[in-house]
Amino acid sequence: MSYKFHQFQVVGRALPTESDEQPKIYRMKLWATNEVRAKSKFWYYLRKLKKVKKSNGQMLAINEIFEKNPTTIKNYGIWLRYQSRTGYHNMYKEYRDTTLNGSIEQMYTEMASRHRVRHHCIQVIKTATIPAKLCKRESTKQFHNSKIKFPLVFKKVRPPTRKLKTTYKASRPNLFV
Amino acid sequence: MPFKRYVEIGRIALVNYGKDYGKLVVIVDVIDQNRALVDAPDMVRGQINFKRLTLTDIKIDIKRVPNKKTLVAALEAADVKNKWESSSWGRKLIVQKKRASLNDFDRFKIMLAKIKKAGVVRQELAKLKKETTA
Repeated sequence: MSYKFHQFQVVGRALPTESDEQPKIYRMKLWATNEVRAKSKFWYYLRKLKKVKKSNGQMLAINEIFEKNPTTIKNYGIWLRYQSRTGYHNMYKEYRDTTLNGSIEQMYTEMASRHRVRHHCIQVIKTATIPAKLCKRESTKQFHNSKIKFPLVFKKVRPPTRKLKTTYKASRPNLFV
Repeated sequence: MPFKRYVEIGRIALVNYGKDYGKLVVIVDVIDQNRALVDAPDMVRGQINFKRLTLTDIKIDIKRVPNKKTLVAALEAADVKNKWESSSWGRKLIVQKKRASLNDFDRFKIMLAKIKKAGVVRQELAKLKKETTA
């Protein structure tokens, strides 16, 4: 499974000056498609929080964070701040996924489709894995059932490879199971 | 027509698209409306979209997300492999695979066997025709 968004841990600080020999080191976890973007995003956030820019700061470390247990399903809660056409809003969204990167990707695509918010207008405030009891959204809670059972109602039969796809078909497809 | 095959924990499904095409997998948990966590004895447990699965009639008795050992034991206990290979769907797939892997000599042998079979059938038919006319 290749994910578009990777999670990075970025560590940086302002450059040491005569007045400040040991500036404070700041660490941030953020999502970006690649390392270069992650570093840029780090300075963007740090500029907003502290009086430091990329020109008078230095990057100390950047590491990619990988999912510890990509084979277990978790409920992820994502707190975000996004810019809509009329102003900034906070939001809390829940997703069920195997990895945090997968749920972040789901979040970005959902925000784009439901609210027409593009990726650069979204700031992830916090993420957490939520135990099943504390989930707030019905759409995630409906899957918290150990005896879950449902039929697949519409079954479109697809060619097994995209090479065998044809534009025209001889007969209408049978969608029943 | 009520539904007979359900997505449930323990349902055996056939992968019909993608890297694991043709594999039999067990649905081990449901992630959300479109995805399931599947597992098979020879693959790492992973997620797969329902669009890539075709459900079968076989269902085994497992708890939600069993570990690999329990899963393999449950598959052995339910005798999934034999049930699948003796079902008409399973047999058809085996025949398809065999046909796709024939070489020219095998096809030649099949041609001779078909001719022989047709000859025997025609002989019997001629006998029956003679009896009805006589």
